[in-house]
Order: sequence, then structure tokens, then C-alpha cells
Amino acid sequence: MSEYHKPLPKPSPVSAPYWDAVRRHELILQKCGGCGAFIYYPRPRCPQCLSENLEWRSVSGRGKLYSYTVVRRASSRAFADGPYVLAIVELDEGPRMTTNLIVEPERIKIGMPVTVVFDDVTPEHTLVKFKPA
Amino acid sequence: MSLKGKAAAIGIAELKPWKEAPPNATPLGLMGRLTAEAIADAGLEKKDIDGFLVGMPVADPGFIYPASAAEVLGINPRMLNVVDIGGASPAGMIWRAAAAIGAGMCSAVLCIVADLNRLGDQKVPVVSVQREFEAPYGNIGANCGYAMIANRHMYEYGTTPEQMAKVAVDQRKNALKNPLAAFGDKPLTIADVLASRMIVDPLHLFEIVSPCSGGSAVIVASPEVARRAKNPPAWLIGAGEYSNHASITYAPSLTDSPIKPAAENAFKMAGVERKDIDLVCPYDCYTITVLVTLEDAGFCKKGQGGPFVAEHDLSYAGDFPCNTHGGQLSFGQPGLGGGMSHVVEGIRQLMGRGEGRQVKDAALAYVNGNGGIMSEQVSLILERRA
Ligand SMILES: [Zn+2]
Repeated sequence: MSEYHKPLPKPSPVSAPYWDAVRRHELILQKCGGCGAFIYYPRPRCPQCLSENLEWRSVSGRGKLYSYTVVRRASSRAFADGPYVLAIVELDEGPRMTTNLIVEPERIKIGMPVTVVFDDVTPEHTLVKFKPA
Repeated sequence: MSLKGKAAAIGIAELKPWKEAPPNATPLGLMGRLTAEAIADAGLEKKDIDGFLVGMPVADPGFIYPASAAEVLGINPRMLNVVDIGGASPAGMIWRAAAAIGAGMCSAVLCIVADLNRLGDQKVPVVSVQREFEAPYGNIGANCGYAMIANRHMYEYGTTPEQMAKVAVDQRKNALKNPLAAFGDKPLTIADVLASRMIVDPLHLFEIVSPCSGGSAVIVASPEVARRAKNPPAWLIGAGEYSNHASITYAPSLTDSPIKPAAENAFKMAGVERKDIDLVCPYDCYTITVLVTLEDAGFCKKGQGGPFVAEHDLSYAGDFPCNTHGGQLSFGQPGLGGGMSHVVEGIRQLMGRGEGRQVKDAALAYVNGNGGIMSEQVSLILERRA
């Protein structure tokens, strides 16, 4: 089994519930009790209204491709193992996420509907990626 | 308080970027040389320098940096700071210098940046949220973010690869006349740019800045000091700054940048119109950056940056002189010296020191500094007074 050499997330006290859920293959986001906004990435307070009344909510995992690039030559050696699709997905609930799109580059169209995929990159770490819906 | 006419750039110094770090060079060593050259260029003495704004060199960073650097250079400032807004730092230094001068804190500010390119590998981001939510997906370095901006711009507005390439091509014409440009030795065609290696779709190698070593300095002075300077002063008459994100993923839009409010403030303060501007010096880490800047600074309609650069001649002799030093794409990017190159070129042209690439009768220059992935923006308007 080959080792995984790419950077891995180190959860903070604020983000730990998010990464724990992702390991269970569940996508959760903070929802602000003050203004109703969904929040990504996890924050200590709502960046819209600064309320600290934030609740974790399960979300659909559906969204649209907002933009992308095929990284053919990575700036970091950790990603030198071949082209990959870096993407920004806009979730149906509103927030945008940095992610990877699992698809052949020829099929990519900005605006296409996408759905979440959980990638267990190591026994302890799962990343949130997307594929065409 | 408006900054209009409170201070002027009176001296410049700029090193020709090295593609590799020169042996035995240090950022502070380069700063020493730049300090001496800038002071001589302004016709001042070292004791006249009483303000110090410095960029943090990636090759030799440290806490409590300004006093350490000032001590090495033998400067005793009445105002000292690191300006840490990425590539916008040099432009940000200019208005901060003018503000300190206008407030009576000091009278001659040395704004200085120098760095060495020793990063073999792009480091994982130092900011914790970027390490946690960007790096695991390979959003490392600036290339990816600008590529996603370019793809979105093409999707929303129909911008073409040829239009983006034209920026690098016209700026190369300027670089051919700039002895300090690191990549100014041979002409470039649109076909050359599009045939260069695809790095991050849709950006080709020749649309991406090359990291270099080098540095530059500008002295900003009060009207009293400017009166006894050797050079015709380049007056700061407008400035604006704005930021609304760090990672581009969380920007309100990929194609509407924070340049808009920065430029609006600068033009409002200066009381001049876009059509009055004789040359523009927009930050050009990538070709797409120039299109978005020209749109958001108001030189063309939103989304029309592509057709605009295709229809205008961006060379020093053209109808829309843009980055007459070659831009960073041809000058090179010696750390923050890349951002300072736009400031220095604007000043140089207004001083009438453009030599083989002088813009005729240049009296008003628009300069933009851009940090991160369109994250921090500083717009400046500089004026030569008759
Ligand atoms: Zn809220």
C-alpha cells in the first residue's frame, strides 16, 4: 500500500465536528441562528452577523461547479503525481467550497450540477470531493 | 483629510532581477545598495530619511523586522512598519508614506523591498485555515486561483486565450526597451504564448510571472523636501485600498475584484477622469489580472477587458500605454519588487526618465497593486506638475 504524501487537514477546536462528520461520510455545515446563513469553512462566529449562535446542520451535498482548473504542473511537489482538477463548488445551501472534481477534464462545464463524494485518503482522513450529478 | 498633493515620489532605485539568487546575496544586502542608490537619486542625504516602510523578505523573515532592518541600514525613523498586503504592499507603502507625512509624523519615507528566490518547492500555506481547507485539495500557490478566475471570465464574458495572450505580447514590446527587464531579450507573438506549455488551464507558461531575486526602493517626501529634490516630483494625488477575501473561493465573485472600490476612491480623491490618464501600470502576475484590472478600474466596461486589449496597442508608443517596463511578465517578479516595479515605472515615466520607452508628455499615471488572489488591492494616481 502506497503512503499518502499530500497535505492533510489538522482540525481545530472549531472545525473538529466538520471533519468528524466527513469521516462518517456526512456533510455538515454551520447554520447561523442570528441571520440564517450557512457557513463554510467552519468559523468561531458567523462572518455575516458575528453571532456565535451557530448550529451544525446536515446538508444535501449537491451544488454547481462555479469554476475549476486542470492543474497540469503543480506548484507543490506533493501534487506532482499527475494532473488533477481543482474546483470551486457552490453548494445548493449557498457557500462555496474549494474541492477536487472527480471527472475527465473533457467533460467539465462550468455550471454543471455536481454531488459530493467522500474520499478516504488515509484510514484517519477523509476529504470532501465532488463528481458530476 | 485627503492625501491629494500631500507628498511626492522624488527618488527611485531598482535592480535588474536575477533569475537565480546571486551567490552570497542577502535581502538586507540588497536593501543597503537600494537605500544608497535611492537617496543619491533623490539628491538627499541619509540623515534626511525619517520614515521607513519595508516589505518582509520571504528569504529572511523575522518578527520586529522594521527596527532590525533600519538598524542594519543606519536609519533612525520617526515612523516604521512592515506593510504586509502581499503584492499590493509596495503601492500600499506609497499612500501610507504620504499619510504619515501629511499627518506631520515625518518628511522623507524610504519604501523598500528586496528578496531572493530560493523557493524550490512552493511551501504549504502558513495561514492555518488555508492549510486546513485549501492545501489538502491542492490549492497551493497563486497559479490555481488565477486559472479559476480566467476560466470563469471566459465562461461569463467569452474572453479568449488570444485576448489574454495579447497582454504578454504587447508588454514584451515594452520590455525590449527596458535594460532592467529580466525577460526583455526577444519579441513574443500570440502564437508563441499559446504554444507555450499549459500549466494550469487556461493559463500557459508565458502568461505566468517568473519568480526572481532583486528589489527596489522609492523615496516619498513632503512638499518642502520635494522642492530641493534632484528629480521632478511625481505627486500622489489619489489613492484607494480594499480587500474582501483571502482565498478566492470565499470572494463574493471570481470576476468582480476589490479593485473597483480601490480605484473609485483613487479617482475621486484625484479629481481626474479615466480618459485623462496617460499610462497605466496594473499588477500583472498573470495575463488575466490585467483584463480584470482594466475593467474594475473603469478603463473599459465589465467583461470587455479581452476585446479592449485586442483593440488597443499597449506598447509605450501605442494608444493605451500599459506596463511600459514590460510588466512583471517580462520584467520578472523579484518578490515584492514585482509589485514595486509598477510603482517605479509610473514614477520614472512622470519624471521623464523612460529613455527608449518614454510615453510622450506623460503627466498622469494609474498604478495598481494586487495581493494574493486578487485579495488586497491598492490603486494610486500619480501626477507630474508643469
Ligand atoms: Zn449570522
